[in-house]
Amino acid sequence: MAIDGKVFKYGNDVDTDVIIPARYLNDSSESALSCHCMEDLDAQFTKNVRRGDVIVAGDNFGCGSSREHAPLAIKASGISLVIANSFARIFYRNAINIGLPIMECPQAVSALKAGDRVKADLTKGEIYNLTTGVKFKAQPFPPFIREIIDDGGLLAHLAKK
Amino acid sequence: MGMTASQKILAAHAGLERVEAGQLISAQLDLVLANDITGPVAIKEFEKTGAEKVKCRDKIALVMDHFAPNKDVKSAEQCKACRTFAKRQGIENFYDVGKMGIEHALLPELGLVGAGDLVIGADSHTCTYGALGAFSTGVGSTDMAAGMLTQKCWFKVPSAIKFNLTGKPAEYVCGKDIILHIIGLIGVDGALYKSMEFCGDGVKHLNIDDRFTICNMAIEAGAKNGIFPVDEVALNYMKGRFKRPVKIYEADADAEYDAVYDIDLSALKPTVAFPHLPENTKTEWEDLPIDQVIIGSCTNGRISDMRIAASVLKGRKVADGVRAIVIPATQEIYRQCIDEGLVHVFLDAGAIVSTPTCGPCLGGHMGILAEGERCVSTTNRNFVGRMGHVSSEIYLASPYVAAASAVAGRLCTPDRLEEN
Repeated sequence: MAIDGKVFKYGNDVDTDVIIPARYLNDSSESALSCHCMEDLDAQFTKNVRRGDVIVAGDNFGCGSSREHAPLAIKASGISLVIANSFARIFYRNAINIGLPIMECPQAVSALKAGDRVKADLTKGEIYNLTTGVKFKAQPFPPFIREIIDDGGLLAHLAKK
Repeated sequence: MGMTASQKILAAHAGLERVEAGQLISAQLDLVLANDITGPVAIKEFEKTGAEKVKCRDKIALVMDHFAPNKDVKSAEQCKACRTFAKRQGIENFYDVGKMGIEHALLPELGLVGAGDLVIGADSHTCTYGALGAFSTGVGSTDMAAGMLTQKCWFKVPSAIKFNLTGKPAEYVCGKDIILHIIGLIGVDGALYKSMEFCGDGVKHLNIDDRFTICNMAIEAGAKNGIFPVDEVALNYMKGRFKRPVKIYEADADAEYDAVYDIDLSALKPTVAFPHLPENTKTEWEDLPIDQVIIGSCTNGRISDMRIAASVLKGRKVADGVRAIVIPATQEIYRQCIDEGLVHVFLDAGAIVSTPTCGPCLGGHMGILAEGERCVSTTNRNFVGRMGHVSSEIYLASPYVAAASAVAGRLCTPDRLEEN
């Protein structure tokens, strides 16, 4: 999916219970998860999100439960990239394992506003704010993690090995 | 430079002499765990690879605890998917209704995890087993699937924060207050990606259940794992349970820590985390009427917690208008509650006693909150909507405070109960 869309901006400590509330974890299908993504934090999210859009958040994004349903719900809703100051460690692993692009870039987080149009190049680690014309450089992934991402997730990576 | 206890366990399982913080390693796993929510996703991912058999069927545990006993048709289907998979793969450590308990109380009780182990679980509170001197950490379903496929997992070796515990906790202060105090101190990402290593002469005053509670909530500070030294208390617990040889790893004297905190346990007070983050801790508060109390979960559903709750509720009554729900974490604890007469105490007080389940902790079933309702809970998370309606409120507390609050009908400590 092309990373090209508008910004949804949230604060610090966005937890996996608001990304996908546990009351919906009795169904792990993508269609079911995407219907309730971000529901307890932003009731309008599922109505407004379009394919290619980007979530921008502060510190510790995805804290709490290990539920992989959280990055799955975000990906299934059409979000192409999550940019944050930092990610909770299980969410970080899960996002990489399932192929949801993520970037750590505090400069972009402080500059980007809700509704800004954003593009990004994962290979170069660059984020472009098309609304203001400003470019940001994200933290690069270690080569090992880059390989998992390039292979299309953890299990595809293991199969290749 | 020396290694931390956590680093030594990782090095041993990666077949390396030494590792250092930041290093990426692949390590052998002693156990991989999933439950009825994360299991079906892991099974789906495992089956997508086309693999016929899991690598080590005796090193996998599947516990039906979150929405079990099945709360609805979809939950029933999820448990069925796990049951079918366990049968097909010959996974003996499959725990269903009648044998199950809340996973992080059950696995140590059954001796499936112990000192020196490296364990991953598709549940964030897998970090609980650090109480026994294991390196255990939560992962997602895909990592679990890879674990079943290869019996290995990749890790970035964590740096660590040391918590030097001194002194003896006062009356009505237990493991829950200690970990809530620490999370209040360092914040919900205060230990992000790091190990929390607990040590000091205060450790000897903590029973094994206190230590389970403390390690259980390491994830609420963002930590990768929490770990205690293995002493007589831990060895006594593992005796007769843990079947494999105990392996004790101690931090080197010159191990490097990102930070060291001295925590005087004797100075701590009963501590409560207010909505909506576990770091919003308080030891004093204004009058706060409540609607419900939960005593249970992987954090505080063990026998010590049940005894604490009963000690407060004995001879007292749950306040009118408050629903008090007690959930022993495993069948064995449930039976102990019956044998020790605790169930009578709970029922006489006007509380209810449920079969083991994670249920209300994550807003599943057995005590969901309505709009604006307040619950004092011995569970681990007070996020928005965690236990029900988005406007409901969760106050995280010890079983002392939860039981006292049930009696008072408002957030209350046991000493205040005596004043009344």
